[in-house]
Amino acid sequence: MYAFNYHRPKSLADAGKLLGDASDGKFIAGGQTLLPTLKNRFASPSDLVDLTGITELSGISVSGGTVSIGAITKHGVVATSADVKKAIPALAHLAGLIGDPAVRNMGTMGGSVANNDPAADYPSAVLGLNATVHTTKRKIAADSFFTGLFETALEESEIITKIEFPVPKRAGYEKFRNPASRYAMVGVFVAETADGVRVAVTGAGPCVFRHKEMEAALAKSFSPDALKGIKTDPGKMNNDIHGSGEYRAHLVGVVAKRAVQNALG
Amino acid sequence: MTNQGIGQSVRRKEDFRFITGQGHYTDDINRPGQLYAYFHRSPHAFAKIKSINTDAARKMPGVVAVYTGKDVAVDKVGGLICGWTVKDKKGEPHKAPRHDIIAIDHVRHVGDQVAVVIARSLGEARDAAEAIEVDYDVLTPVVDVVTALQPGAPEVHADAPGNLCYDWDFGDKAATEAAFAKAAHVTKIDLVNNRLSPNPMEPRSAIGEYEPGTDQTTVYTTSQNPHVIRLILCAFVFGLPEHKVRVIAPDVGGGFGSKIFNYAEETVCVWAARKLKKPVKWTSDRTEAFLTDAHGRDHVTHAELAMDKDGKFLGFRVETKANMGAYLSTFASAVPTYLYALLLAGQYTTPAIYAEVKAVFTNTTPVDAYRGAGRPEATYVVERIVEAAARELKIDPAELRRRNFVPDDAFPYQTPVACVYDSGQYAKALDEALKMSDYAGFKQRKAEAAKKGKLRGIGLCAYIEACGIAPSAVVGSLGAGVGLWESAQIRFNATGSVFVHTGSHSHGQGHETTFAQIVSDRLGVPLESIEVVHGDTALVPMGMGTYGSRSLAVGGSAIMRAADKIIDKGKKIAAHLMEASVDDVAYDKGVFSVKGTDKQVPMAQIAFTAYVPHNYPADLEPGLEASAFYDPANFTFPAGVHVAEVEIDSDTGVTRVVNWVAVDDFGKVVNPMIVEGQVHGGIAQGVGQALLEGVVYDPKSGQLLTASFNDYCMPRADDLPSYKVGMIETPCPHNPLGVKGCGEAGAIAAPAALMNAITDALGTEKINMPATPQNVWRVIQSQNLAAAAE
Ligand SMILES: Cc1cc2nc3c(=O)[nH]c(=O)nc-3n(C[C@H](O)[C@H](O)[C@H](O)COP(=O)(O)OP(=O)(O)OC[C@H]3O[C@@H](n4cnc5c(N)ncnc54)[C@H](O)[C@@H]3O)c2cc1C
Repeated sequence: MYAFNYHRPKSLADAGKLLGDASDGKFIAGGQTLLPTLKNRFASPSDLVDLTGITELSGISVSGGTVSIGAITKHGVVATSADVKKAIPALAHLAGLIGDPAVRNMGTMGGSVANNDPAADYPSAVLGLNATVHTTKRKIAADSFFTGLFETALEESEIITKIEFPVPKRAGYEKFRNPASRYAMVGVFVAETADGVRVAVTGAGPCVFRHKEMEAALAKSFSPDALKGIKTDPGKMNNDIHGSGEYRAHLVGVVAKRAVQNALG
Repeated sequence: MTNQGIGQSVRRKEDFRFITGQGHYTDDINRPGQLYAYFHRSPHAFAKIKSINTDAARKMPGVVAVYTGKDVAVDKVGGLICGWTVKDKKGEPHKAPRHDIIAIDHVRHVGDQVAVVIARSLGEARDAAEAIEVDYDVLTPVVDVVTALQPGAPEVHADAPGNLCYDWDFGDKAATEAAFAKAAHVTKIDLVNNRLSPNPMEPRSAIGEYEPGTDQTTVYTTSQNPHVIRLILCAFVFGLPEHKVRVIAPDVGGGFGSKIFNYAEETVCVWAARKLKKPVKWTSDRTEAFLTDAHGRDHVTHAELAMDKDGKFLGFRVETKANMGAYLSTFASAVPTYLYALLLAGQYTTPAIYAEVKAVFTNTTPVDAYRGAGRPEATYVVERIVEAAARELKIDPAELRRRNFVPDDAFPYQTPVACVYDSGQYAKALDEALKMSDYAGFKQRKAEAAKKGKLRGIGLCAYIEACGIAPSAVVGSLGAGVGLWESAQIRFNATGSVFVHTGSHSHGQGHETTFAQIVSDRLGVPLESIEVVHGDTALVPMGMGTYGSRSLAVGGSAIMRAADKIIDKGKKIAAHLMEASVDDVAYDKGVFSVKGTDKQVPMAQIAFTAYVPHNYPADLEPGLEASAFYDPANFTFPAGVHVAEVEIDSDTGVTRVVNWVAVDDFGKVVNPMIVEGQVHGGIAQGVGQALLEGVVYDPKSGQLLTASFNDYCMPRADDLPSYKVGMIETPCPHNPLGVKGCGEAGAIAAPAALMNAITDALGTEKINMPATPQNVWRVIQSQNLAAAAE
């Protein structure tokens, strides 16, 4: 780790100002991605602005068919929240599959979504549930939030404040873990929402994506069998020592069926 | 006291400090005025060093010194050595190219050390190491044995033509060929034994320290054998007298073999400390551990088994290419030779065996002993081919093994590959394992699994290992540079408590408990009054350390010898106190008595009398302590049968281990709980090798692709089943405890058992370890394609 200045503001305004004043500042939330990066000296920010002291970023509320989750809410809190379990059980289930207890007790939803790791779990829920990402500047629809490998629509000093998930008719998540890292090698989130069926795939490609062919098939018949024969292009998949493009493409089909099965209960 | 002696599952004495975070590891030690070393390492697998510019680094804050290989060369420091010289087919010694502690002209694997910064803090050392500029001429690397042996392959060392370290053979070639000529059936198999990273929980660490006033050098290091490190540093690397060098290996958090060896980093710490007259500390980070801890395995093998029409084994031939990595590590040469080919008889009466082994240099991290060291590789070849043969001959694999077992009445049994097996009951272990695993009910379980769409398979492994390493004269005749005896010292205090000094080192094995149990049992001293002392060359007599499942069989036997000497002396004191003749004194479990009378004296009184000798035999020295050395008469041969059962999800290729039975014969067992723990840990490592683990180098660039736990897959608790462990006791006839050793058995047995289960489920032998979901899925795909084409 290189030396840096550390700040822990109490308000969003202060956080924005601290970052603006820093020569090369960065927000930190749970630190579960950023700290390993710093320890390996892959990044050398001048300042770290810790968001976890800002109380307005925390909390879970359910009202009018929407689950709203503050950005600094930890994975473990989402996984065990009675409200989330009742409204969107698939989301609580997904949170409980992230990392290990230590990671779940430190890592935050905002951090995970802002980071947009291609193998992270949350992006599939955000996209699959057609959630809205609230920031200090605007509201961003899921479909335009995740823009590429580790890239999002967020600007430099923009802070995710909360994420609003519309409660679906039903939803299911299935994760096929990378055997070593246990991130998603392929994760599929399926949901029957007010705007139709959505299928979001994480882990398989460079960025979470919607599987339109599967969505169309499931719109006709929401069942695992409806996905039979639907192919995924291996050329668009990630390819590494754990899984080739072919294997990942194959897994997308298997995992999607299981996600639908999970949604059906 | 009876519940603390031999055979009792006593809780481990050392666990209190470990579990409460009060262990004392090398990195916990900080010496006054200590400096920190950080290595600048090669980013290339193979390159010529054109120039190194350390000017900027030297000027950085906190920097005390920056050294390169040239600075080391000026001091005429010897290179790292290989302590076992293997002679090739022609009788020529193996090629052991020079291994400098800091590279001079070439780097030969990613992570090779190019320079070291010594600074007042670790952070400053690291900052400065990043400021070192090295100009390389990057060369084409070679990482795998097959490519390295091809004509025209890049040569890792100019003085090892064709990358060949040695071309060695063992066994009777003519007899083996004759056996194949008359065979009714020959089974052939091609296998890869995947390269593993040892990954002990505690990374390596060292502190070098020098006191000019006494000319004393002290080395704190994460070692399994501090005396061996002292010997190498003194006699080979620095030319220092052994009485001026003290090596301390305090609590060590696991080794699995990787901490046997003498490494560059600890050597540099010693050299720099002597130069700067300041303590110098280095602690590996996890990435450095992946890059520089000696790896294990990495064999490519072709094997053939000749049988008669009833499946009786007639001959066995094996051809192996073993990857040595970029340099020859401390005992690397012995692993694919004497620790490998000598075990190729397995538990069987195969009369003719011939093995050829080519050891090969590549641009990878050096490979050396890793839990099992050669014996898992041998077991894997034997047990995969036996299972394959059974399937080809349509004989039940258990039955084929039974037909070929060395029978109970054949011990001691001379194999055609030099070993004399001490004792065993191979069929009994098999019967027990089949019963415990409900082998007979497997067909039904397979049918039930099929209904759920799962492929179920069962696999056996009847392993043998040679432990209790080893008779010094034997290993000497095979090229070892050391003797492999062990030392012990028992020292009574006046008030009856005892120090047990042992040359064995404990780094997770529980010696502080097991060794204390032996002494408690033999000398009648309560366990809590016994302190086992190890790991410091200034405190314990010269000893050879811990590896090859030798501690109890060799070190424990030395303790038994020392205990006998204590009893002998005790008898003389007791005779005096009880006014009897020494010949009339009997001894049993801490009590001396006069035969045929009710006179008796307890051990504690003998100890007190020895130190307060007011009423004492005139011709006897005061004090009660004894030293002993034990050189084993033979190896010990633990053996057993493991049964693995798996279910494979054919949609994803995921293998779940659903059942595991281990029936092991370790001879006498001192602490069944500790032994069972060793079995569990060994199986976990074996399952890791078979299902999850594997070091991967990029074939083009030679970069290590598995340099963190994000990519190197270690087994986790939920990857493993609950084991059913059974034990058979056939005592070892040639050591005083009757013990054989248990530390490596699980890692030796598990890979073959598991792969036999997987190949059973898949219906093909054509899959290599690790059987990751992707690898299994690919096999299923190719079978589906084949089936569709039919
Ligand atoms: C061992 C291990 C296993 C893991 N396994 C998984 C897994 O299985 N699945 C998975 O999905 N993840 C996994 N993770 C990652 C984990 O979920 C992280 O918590 C998450 O990726 C980042 O969240 P964080 O709060 O820790 O963010 P940090 O590490 O603090 O920050 C990450 C990035 O997000 C930015 N950021 C943080 N909060 C905000 C905000 N509110 N607004 C804008 N930008 C922000 C930071 O500036 C930084 O760039 C694992 C991590 C570890 C260490």
